Amino acid sequence: MHRTLQRLGRWIADHWILATGVFVLGYLFLPIAVVVGLSFNRPSSRLSYDFNEFTLDNWKNPCGPGDMCDAVVRSVQIGFVATVVATLLGTLMAFAMVRHRFRGRGATNLLIFLPMATPEVVMGSSLLALFVAGGVPLGFWTVVIAHVMFCVSFVVVTVKARLSGLDTRLEEAAMDLYASEWQTFRRVTLPLAFPGIVAGALLAFSLSFDDFIITNFNSGTTVTFPMYVWGASQRGIPPQVNVVGTAMFLVSLLLVLGTMVRRRRAVAV
Amino acid sequence: MSTLSRRRGRLSPYLLILPGGLWLLLFFAVPIFQLGVTSLYDPSGSLEQGYAMTWAFGNYADALSQYWPHFVRSLVYAGIATVLCLLLGYPLAYAIAQKSGRWKNLMLVCVIAPFFTSFLVRTLAWKTILSDNGALVGFLRDVHLLDASGRLLATPIAVVLGLTYNFLPFMVLPLYANLDRLDGRLLEAANDLYASPARAFAKVTLPLSMPGLVAGTLLTFIPAAGDYINAELLGTPNEYMIGNVIDSAFLVRLDYPQAAALSFILMAAILAIVFVYIKRAGTDEVV
Repeated sequence: MHRTLQRLGRWIADHWILATGVFVLGYLFLPIAVVVGLSFNRPSSRLSYDFNEFTLDNWKNPCGPGDMCDAVVRSVQIGFVATVVATLLGTLMAFAMVRHRFRGRGATNLLIFLPMATPEVVMGSSLLALFVAGGVPLGFWTVVIAHVMFCVSFVVVTVKARLSGLDTRLEEAAMDLYASEWQTFRRVTLPLAFPGIVAGALLAFSLSFDDFIITNFNSGTTVTFPMYVWGASQRGIPPQVNVVGTAMFLVSLLLVLGTMVRRRRAVAV
Repeated sequence: MSTLSRRRGRLSPYLLILPGGLWLLLFFAVPIFQLGVTSLYDPSGSLEQGYAMTWAFGNYADALSQYWPHFVRSLVYAGIATVLCLLLGYPLAYAIAQKSGRWKNLMLVCVIAPFFTSFLVRTLAWKTILSDNGALVGFLRDVHLLDASGRLLATPIAVVLGLTYNFLPFMVLPLYANLDRLDGRLLEAANDLYASPARAFAKVTLPLSMPGLVAGTLLTFIPAAGDYINAELLGTPNEYMIGNVIDSAFLVRLDYPQAAALSFILMAAILAIVFVYIKRAGTDEVV
């Protein structure tokens, strides 16, 4: 009797936690649902944020508002370049940090940690001051430089997490079987580290694509998608912004779910 | 091992560090240092005429006396948002790590899903949710939690709610990573020793999850304290945080010495809070 009561109590406790979790997920999803809803909205006026009337016009004509699609393309270009550079630099650093003990390791660790602990407004403004002092014209490349700077640390952390969980005996085994250093790296180390590198690259791209504060300081007249949204929010948001938001959400969701299904299949085989 | 490869072995970490390290030195450390220098320039100069270095420590006193309400507001808003994130995020992280079973991956995807759309677009969506004509305000007026002309948008509540929303995943993910490794047998042992669930939580789960909790609160508090998007979009100038002031000092007023001093005060305040907090929490694992 006592046991059953206890089990019942635990069952309620279990589901109380799960129910709270689902409720919190609802809070996280509410604005996304609103973005999807508003992508089908015909707003009553330029400055209105309320749902007015259902329409498919925004989806039929996503590039209607001038410059918005240019801004999306520019964000993708910046995100791509910044991701490639940050992933390369970050992966190299992660290998050094995990595989080597060397003088200056602590200082390097600090240099990697600090950008993640510094408010964006401070990083953005200090970089602007540097560019202004050095007479560097602001634009596409200053934004890329800034994005690589704040993405590198996140790549290092992500790749490091993967590398430190790897079994080094696999590499030793390859070497014992007369694989050269390069062959071992190419055939054993790199494939094992690859999921971490991909995760780091995806993180870098999403950080870069979504960044507003640092970009706003260093972009000059270059307009990225977040900057377009910011500018539009002052003079009236075109509903197509929500179409881009919804499309981004769907593409990322499909990518992630696709990876999950493929991984599950791989496990099943 | 030949001397050559041994020497390369000693050099190779530096070669690996060099490109990334240089990038961070050049575009993170040097600018921050230069910002410190700028904060001591003679404030009577201008961008066109240049600034004279006068070790003007008065810039800091001026910045503080002029903008201390914004500093206090930033720290208070960020503090409340962090506590709310913890209250919402801990049960969610615990549910995913320990209770979700086969739904674990799906729930994790749900946590990062907000990142799939743009930060600004999501924050603007809160404008719709909190709108005076929206269902939420209507409901709160009906149950008299708000009076007939009461609003949510353009109030401190909206700003704190926005901050909480935007940084919640940064709280959940480190907590989840930590709770996921929690050994269920420890809780069984506590249970066998007649600990109530509440006591087992307080004595086993909570202490073991401290590193995740500390990492989560820092990842939430630091960006929230420097944020100005939520205050700008969901609040009014009465809710402006220190980020709004720094932004306009740099980009509108072009008062670089004062803007630099403000940035340095913000950074010092955050580092001091982080330092005390880590000491108190008794874990050095995050740094």
